[in-house]
Amino acid sequence: MNSRKFKAHLAFALIRASAAIVIGVACLLLYYLFANGFKVLSWSFMMESPSQGMTAGGIFPAIFGTAYLMTLTLLFALPMGIASAVYFSEYVGAKRSGLAVIMRSATSMLAGVPSIVYGLLGLGLFVLSIRFGFSLLSASLTLSFLTLPVIIAASEEALRSVPLSYREAAFALGATRWQTIKHTVIPYATPGIMTACILALSRAAGETAPILLTGAAYYLPRLPTSIFDQFMALPFHIFALTTQSVNPVKTRPIQFGTVLVLILLILGMNLVAITIRTHYRRKMRA
Amino acid sequence: MSRLGEKRSRSLNIGEKIIEGLLLASAFASVAILSMIFLFLFREGIPTFSEILPEEFFLGTIWQVQAVEPRYGILPLLAGSALVTTGAMIIAIPLSLMCAVYIAEVAHPLLKEVTKPFVELLAGIPSVVYGFVALTVLADITHQLTGSVHRLNALNGALILAVMVAPTIISIAEDAITSVPKEFREAAYALGADKWETTSKVVFPSGLSGIMIAIMLGLGRAIGETMAVLMATGNAPLLTFDILSSVQTMTAVIAIEMGEVTFGSTHFHALFAIGLVLLVITFFVNLAAEVLLRKFRSVRY
Repeated sequence: MNSRKFKAHLAFALIRASAAIVIGVACLLLYYLFANGFKVLSWSFMMESPSQGMTAGGIFPAIFGTAYLMTLTLLFALPMGIASAVYFSEYVGAKRSGLAVIMRSATSMLAGVPSIVYGLLGLGLFVLSIRFGFSLLSASLTLSFLTLPVIIAASEEALRSVPLSYREAAFALGATRWQTIKHTVIPYATPGIMTACILALSRAAGETAPILLTGAAYYLPRLPTSIFDQFMALPFHIFALTTQSVNPVKTRPIQFGTVLVLILLILGMNLVAITIRTHYRRKMRA
Repeated sequence: MSRLGEKRSRSLNIGEKIIEGLLLASAFASVAILSMIFLFLFREGIPTFSEILPEEFFLGTIWQVQAVEPRYGILPLLAGSALVTTGAMIIAIPLSLMCAVYIAEVAHPLLKEVTKPFVELLAGIPSVVYGFVALTVLADITHQLTGSVHRLNALNGALILAVMVAPTIISIAEDAITSVPKEFREAAYALGADKWETTSKVVFPSGLSGIMIAIMLGLGRAIGETMAVLMATGNAPLLTFDILSSVQTMTAVIAIEMGEVTFGSTHFHALFAIGLVLLVITFFVNLAAEVLLRKFRSVRY
């Protein structure tokens, strides 16, 4: 009996210890990044261009580039992602036709393709074959491919959570399928879909490997003016300053600052998504 | 129904059909993108073998592209990927699963409310940030603790990769454990089992297929990870199984060398061929996860 108790104690002690290790490491890591980053973070750091051969000044072009890139990515991925999700949720549902199975499998397979492979596709397809060159356009199209499976999966979940009775009520009033979807299902699912898109976008914001192959630049003297221009971006800026620059130790403060801006951007997007979700959940319950 | 009404309903019907067609076309995009990935990797990767023998590519032990007589053997890169990924999984699996059990079974509900979103936020931190941490601070720690010759080495990559994939594994495994019905636990308690016996002999085995999915998805993420391993492992394509040596992974070689390659050269095609190998490996890992998921769904209570 005693050995039984001892075993249980030991097991749960181990479990508690590993949880403590995981959470502890995560906290240390965040502390390291935040403490060092906040030392550099200032309004001028975010609003100025790099100067003195990238060793001083701010990171405005990288912030601008990432914002531009995210906007374009959303523009491409959103309509297609939501349309796919609507089709899967409202037209296919639980049906198991051959085509539906293929499309579903393709979507989940896409979610597992490594980001560098998307980069290779973007390079082969957009940069070299269609000749968009190394540009915002090539990079954002590549990123929209990468975010598509995420948007589809999460939007479909949002659409499926709309109670069946809502659809039945609309049908009973004589609405067609599309009218039902447009006026009943989508409005109800909008907060969920918005959450999905923000989360997908926050993932795209941090991607480095795909834009490395499709158009991110280490340093540009001026901001991109057209979608055919190359661009600077936050994640690439971190990578380039730490590994490709002449004096990575001298620019360490700038690196910490850039890391913090990127993390804050992503955490901010996540927080907005969570807030939307909880706000509307409460509203729906009321 | 009047004539007019009939006409209207017919045009409505056509509208409905058009919309359904458009939606179907969008949903087909995933198939199109997946096909294009295979198509382009094949188209750019296969020409490699008109210049290099397949056995030289797959079994060659030297990757040296700058030499006068360049060598394109990918064994060192395969070994690099295998070493870093295996190391990461050995560290991440036990820790993540125990952490998942903690959140699902042990933690106070209030604590669970905090830890779950925290873990999900961690999963959202970009890989380049993890790479930055590995390069600037973790490398010094591992270097000093182990006294390794290379400051950046496979162990450093494995450690940061473990930190990176842990949130993914924890989050999915925790869902799997939580979704085990309460009745299972109650039945075990009724038979006189204590909390640990219930957890280890009833709850954990019941959630096992979900836990396996978590591990497979974590593995898939680890193999395909680029930036973190690139910044952490030192990027020397050495054929070694010494965890304290610098290595280079398949993902890293593509990311680094694609920037300096001449488009259309043998080197260029070889990098696409590596991408193809990488895609096939992750494809099978994800396929395994998918099969498990199907099985899991069909035995859902």
